[in-house]
Amino acid sequence: MTKSSSSNTVIKAEKLNLDFDTNDGIVHALRDLDLEIEAGEFVSFIGPSGCGKTTFLRVIADLETPTAGSIAVNGQAPEQARLARAYGYVFQAPALLSWRTIARNISLPLEIMGLSRAEQQERVERTINLVGLDGFGKKFPWQLSGGMQQRASIARALAFDADLLLMDEPFGALDEIVRDHLNEQLLQLWKKTGKTICFVTHSIPEAVYLSTKIVVMSPRPGRITDVITSDLPDDRPLDIRETPKFLEIAQRVREGLREGHADE
Amino acid sequence: MTETLKHKVLPILTIVAAIGVIWYGFTVYLNAPWQIDQYEKSATEWSMNELVRDTMAHDRPVLPAPHQVVVEIWKTTVQKKITSKRSLIYHSWITLSSTLLGFVMGTFTGMMLAIFIVENRAMDKSLMPWIITSQTIPILAIAPMIIVVLNAVGLSGLLPKALISTYLSFFPIAVGMVKGLRSPDPMLIDLMRTYNTSRWHLFFALRLPSSVPYLFTSMKIAIAISLVGAIVGELPTGAVAGLGARLLSGSYYGQTIQIWSALLTAATLAALLVIAVNIAAQITQRMMGVPK
Amino acid sequence: MTGLQKLLNTAAALCGFYALVTGIGALSPALLLAAGLVIAGGLRLSPVLAGAWPGAWSILMRSQFDLLISLVAAGAVLAALQDGMAGAVWALAIAAWLHGWLAVEKTIADDAHSKGFNWVVSLGVPLFFGFWLLFFWEALTIGLGIPTVLLPPPSMIGARLVSSTAILMADFRQTFLKAVLAGYAIGCGSAVLVAILVDRNDFLRRGLLPIGNFISALPIIGVAPIMVMWFGFDWQSKAAVIVIMTFFPMMVNTLSGLSAASVMERDLLNTYAAGYWQSLFKLRLPAAMPFIFNALKINSTLALIGAIVAEFFGTPIVGIGFRISTEVGRMNLDMVWAEIAVAALAGSASYGALSLLERRVTFWHPSYRTK
Repeated sequence: MTKSSSSNTVIKAEKLNLDFDTNDGIVHALRDLDLEIEAGEFVSFIGPSGCGKTTFLRVIADLETPTAGSIAVNGQAPEQARLARAYGYVFQAPALLSWRTIARNISLPLEIMGLSRAEQQERVERTINLVGLDGFGKKFPWQLSGGMQQRASIARALAFDADLLLMDEPFGALDEIVRDHLNEQLLQLWKKTGKTICFVTHSIPEAVYLSTKIVVMSPRPGRITDVITSDLPDDRPLDIRETPKFLEIAQRVREGLREGHADE
Repeated sequence: MTETLKHKVLPILTIVAAIGVIWYGFTVYLNAPWQIDQYEKSATEWSMNELVRDTMAHDRPVLPAPHQVVVEIWKTTVQKKITSKRSLIYHSWITLSSTLLGFVMGTFTGMMLAIFIVENRAMDKSLMPWIITSQTIPILAIAPMIIVVLNAVGLSGLLPKALISTYLSFFPIAVGMVKGLRSPDPMLIDLMRTYNTSRWHLFFALRLPSSVPYLFTSMKIAIAISLVGAIVGELPTGAVAGLGARLLSGSYYGQTIQIWSALLTAATLAALLVIAVNIAAQITQRMMGVPK
Repeated sequence: MTGLQKLLNTAAALCGFYALVTGIGALSPALLLAAGLVIAGGLRLSPVLAGAWPGAWSILMRSQFDLLISLVAAGAVLAALQDGMAGAVWALAIAAWLHGWLAVEKTIADDAHSKGFNWVVSLGVPLFFGFWLLFFWEALTIGLGIPTVLLPPPSMIGARLVSSTAILMADFRQTFLKAVLAGYAIGCGSAVLVAILVDRNDFLRRGLLPIGNFISALPIIGVAPIMVMWFGFDWQSKAAVIVIMTFFPMMVNTLSGLSAASVMERDLLNTYAAGYWQSLFKLRLPAAMPFIFNALKINSTLALIGAIVAEFFGTPIVGIGFRISTEVGRMNLDMVWAEIAVAALAGSASYGALSLLERRVTFWHPSYRTK
């Protein structure tokens, strides 16, 4: 792990609130959220649906505007961070444009940023290689399997080399075997690049396996109930999931989730 | 409620108002040259106000003002006996009856074709391309000939016009219905197969009900296009009766107000017909238990 | 053979039998040969032959044999048409058609063909069907002696197509190359531009979308006399009618198309801080293409109709619509049908070209995808 010695804060949320005005009245999607994320951390957000984990990610990405409180991304307002292309975002679905080849999909953000052709090509090749899709650049998204599509969308998020990666349940729709495989690859990628990753998930083993920090959230109103720092070793083969240490952390996450429910 | 008012009704009303304003603007602009010519001939002094007023009061304007058209419609509907040859209600009724007859025949033909196509592959392969080709033939162009020919073999009145509507309206019905009959989830079809369902039962229990929403969507298109068919079908009948005949005689005698009032009546008729199909669709779907 | 195939075969055999019994003395050698073939086809219904003579059986069972029967019989019937249609000839005409159907049924029954073969089938089967339409048209008009002023036979229309090429070309140039192309291009083009402008303003979009939908359903063709008054007799007035007819379907479709991109795709472009024009050209316009092509196809038919009908209200002495209305008056129905054939050909060709282009541009759409 490439933890930088001078630990600098990437995301800092204070008393963050977000209410949605729906037909059924006001929904408190986020209530008094306080959180700090340091550079190089791998943070998972876990909780039942409606707990605000995706909403929080979207607030970081400036796709939602908080109602109250403050949030800073790289010390800036989210909008400035977005305009500075400070982060890559991976959605629940691959969201690849079906009229573009995989390579041209990956170069989409680069085109928008106005990089030169040569630079675009160089980066596309590098990221395609990084996610293990060599030889598929000329294929169209709908010619690939779901897992490969999601890898392409990760490659796209990596292509413009932002230090922050926001991932919203990227593997939620994939089957267990593909998911394990992608989890392993993601971990290696993180180690190789030293990026800060915010990762939303439903799965306890996934959260524990990937993260250095696990944020447990609960719904109505959406809030943080526990923040668990994992002290698993940096080197994590898949079978680490059977070790007592892993199970212990998983147990704590599960208790945190249960506590959130007991409140109701 | 206020939400719908703000988000739906208000924008529409604004656009309609804008169209009205533009219309009035064009009325003045298009009728002005003739009017100015008149002033100069009679050597009268004229101001802008007079010009605007007078351009909206021509008997045969290039473009009549909206209120002139409305007044004409009022005169030829409410103030005329329905049986009168000058009553727009009488003409509308003629057009409406052939529209409806054509629509019913077209819907029936379209449904039958769709059933053949879905149930028989040879039909699918042979017919489908021709159904599409049939619409690239500008049938409305043959309308006068069809009318003349059918008259010669003794068919006159409603039926020839209705046949044109039929030709136009069977197409959306057939295409939509084929889509609808093929719309059931393959999993549901497989489920029915596991029950050892007969082909007929599969058709009536699954395919037909799933096609209903598609059918109604197509019917909305079909009824509108039936009206177009009926109106064009009335053009060559020697301008006897119907909205199309009003258009034709209006254009012969330069009666622009009459043309516009026939057009607006046709528009209203189209709107009413589409609304009627919509209501029928809602009632049917409610009876079938489809949530809104 | 499936139940339907057996049914078709039985019906055809009965027709052949009837033809032979009623017309044994009167039939020409060609018709006799046809009747013989039809009856030979009927023999397949008996399982006895299969056991007694398997070699002949397997040849008789092939779809090519049905095709042969149907073509020979159709040819014999067409050759005999001039002498009037007796019951026996009618029976053979029907038998010919039934065997044609049978050939198609058998050909498409098995899917395991090469791609090339499937392509030939998907083109050949409809053409074959077209052949039968013309066949019965010819047989009915000549066989029943329908006066040519009512419905001329296809052969006569074909002769007219060949002999009056110059007039037909001139009419085509006036109506299609001038009025239709100009009106179509202006109408569709301006509608796309207006839709893009309107789309920027949510209020305008919400007002114009239902109104545009409503106007699309109106008999807009009725403005033809007004346009002729405004823009004169030449092609400009026809183009104006077409502009109005094609504008609203295109605007409505483009507007719906522009909102076809999913929320997630828009969010994605937002995270890249893409500008309005970038997201328009990279995301929303490509996503709108299937809708735009839908309107292009609808409009291609509307445009031709608009031009021809507008010509009924006044035109210089050239044009498809003009020719149709005058030749109807002169009872030259073969000329009218020749014009219709030209219009239909132009319409089908434009539609086909647009469909090919659509396949090219929206190859990624689920309805066209190939792995």
